[in-house]
Amino acid sequence: MSIAYQIVVCGSIVPDPLQTLEPVSGHAGPALKNEMMLPAVLDPWVSHALFEAAHLAKSTPGSKVWLVSIAPKAKLQQVMMTIAQKAPFELVAVDGPSSGFTEAAEAAGTLADAIKAIPGLDMKRVLVFGGWESASRGAGATMQMVGERLGITDQFQGVDKLTVNADGSLEILERIEGGKHQVSKCAGPPAVLGWATGSLPEPPNNPQIGMANMRAIMPALQRAKPAKIAAEGVTFASVTLPKQLRETKIVKDAPPDEIAREIVAWVTG
Amino acid sequence: METILVLAHVEADGLLAKPALEALAAAKSLGGTLVLGLIGADVQPAANKIAGCGAAKFVGVAGADFTQARYATDAAAAAAIAKAAGATVIIAPHTSRWGRVLAGVAQRLGGRVDTHVTAVSLVNGAPAVTRWYYRQRMEAVLQRVQRPWLIALDPGCVAPWQGETGTATLEAVAVNLTDAHKRTTVTGVRAPKAEEQTIRPDAKLLFVAGAGWTKKQADGQTHVEEAEKLILDFLKLTGASLGSSKSLVDISGEGQAVLPFMTHLNQIGQTGSTPRHPKGLSTCCHGEEPHTVGWRFINERRAISLDPNCGWARGKADVLYAADAFQVMAKVNELLAAKKSV
Repeated sequence: MSIAYQIVVCGSIVPDPLQTLEPVSGHAGPALKNEMMLPAVLDPWVSHALFEAAHLAKSTPGSKVWLVSIAPKAKLQQVMMTIAQKAPFELVAVDGPSSGFTEAAEAAGTLADAIKAIPGLDMKRVLVFGGWESASRGAGATMQMVGERLGITDQFQGVDKLTVNADGSLEILERIEGGKHQVSKCAGPPAVLGWATGSLPEPPNNPQIGMANMRAIMPALQRAKPAKIAAEGVTFASVTLPKQLRETKIVKDAPPDEIAREIVAWVTG
Repeated sequence: METILVLAHVEADGLLAKPALEALAAAKSLGGTLVLGLIGADVQPAANKIAGCGAAKFVGVAGADFTQARYATDAAAAAAIAKAAGATVIIAPHTSRWGRVLAGVAQRLGGRVDTHVTAVSLVNGAPAVTRWYYRQRMEAVLQRVQRPWLIALDPGCVAPWQGETGTATLEAVAVNLTDAHKRTTVTGVRAPKAEEQTIRPDAKLLFVAGAGWTKKQADGQTHVEEAEKLILDFLKLTGASLGSSKSLVDISGEGQAVLPFMTHLNQIGQTGSTPRHPKGLSTCCHGEEPHTVGWRFINERRAISLDPNCGWARGKADVLYAADAFQVMAKVNELLAAKKSV
């Protein structure tokens, strides 16, 4: 039994992991210093979700992938220049903050509304994908709330593998404690899958896919409606960088035997 | 005064795991009226084990349908318990089972959720939580006005509750399940064989292997088999848990030589885990920020790297050995083996 899936990937942008981040206090609460100047990437676990979505869509004819993203649209446009070359998708953009200090419930409301507004969405075919946690808020909360708002109660988090069985059911591997996976069988869509790393490598850039995507991405960015997403009801008493900077002792020119003895004493001590 | 509900699921042995007792200890530190909410096949034995915790009442959802860690049934049970308890604050351990559902439960209850909480406290007489943002790069203390407030406490942050056992009076909460709740079935757990299991959350030491292990060495050749033996021997001799840098596990996608026992589950850092161990030893890894954010909760840190100016040297490790990890680890294993045979 083959279903043409409608795969909606939710995800935003985050500062490039190599950037040094520093919190500042703004009028609306905490923010990142020079946030708009920091180079951004698509949230890493969202990237995996997108690649898995594209792979599933390719292997099930008639399927389609949407990427629904709340982010400042100028920065989202920059990120799309790269990510659009990786996989075919249609962008649904919402012009709003991508800060980790905003509230998951508010972001989830906006995302759910954007998903509901996608023309022709048939919930019997819908799979909602996303990262199981973001690299900004890192709460793993938004996807569950989006699912609840869409009435989807088959939800999976920390997903590393999705297999479509011959009868249309889904076998899903989720990360659990101790380096293990929980295996579940779900009757079929609709379902929410918060992806961990998945099992696919990052696809190479494909300029043809990029050009095809960008034809629709630019109008989608122009259509992006502004959304007010804050952290209503939250008071941040403090936001600080870790205080502990270690005094690193650098051991140079010591013979391996001596280093080994020191390490063994430390490990077994 | 807050009514604080501790949510816990019982384990296969019918009792509560350590993270649940940690959540109980955290809840008690806030004062207020304490209610215990338990979910599982039979929750009475678990309630009896914590009968002396001072809870005003024990409520539970029990039955075969609630043994599975399944979103639909867990969310229904948790929401029903929260309503029965009249909870304003709900504290649960951030296990994979609760991590899967708590935000959805918050949505159902019209509340808010904070996950990966590392501490709870009272600030000006009201609950406050501590959690990290941007993958352990900055730490915040925050409070909320919305109720119910669901709090998922990371394991290992609080000493577990200890106290008297007894006979708890348990109030059963009914949850009406339909076929829609059972569209998903948990069919099992997939785990490596015991001897191949390299992720050991309770280990005293985290051993992290970086991409350098599979790169060309001084002789211009790679030595992947030797690297594999050195690492696995060390794990066997010390019982350490194995972590890796992203670059090492991603090599498999690039068609390069790989360490066959290494998977994404071993990955530490920006897109990996942030484990808690008393000590950590990093090898053949440059110690840059995306990797070391995963070391936030490693107390004592040492690193072996050929580059004395690598990231570890910039305040991230206590000791950096500028040396060849192949040579050093071979000697380390020799010494550990000799020590074991004595």
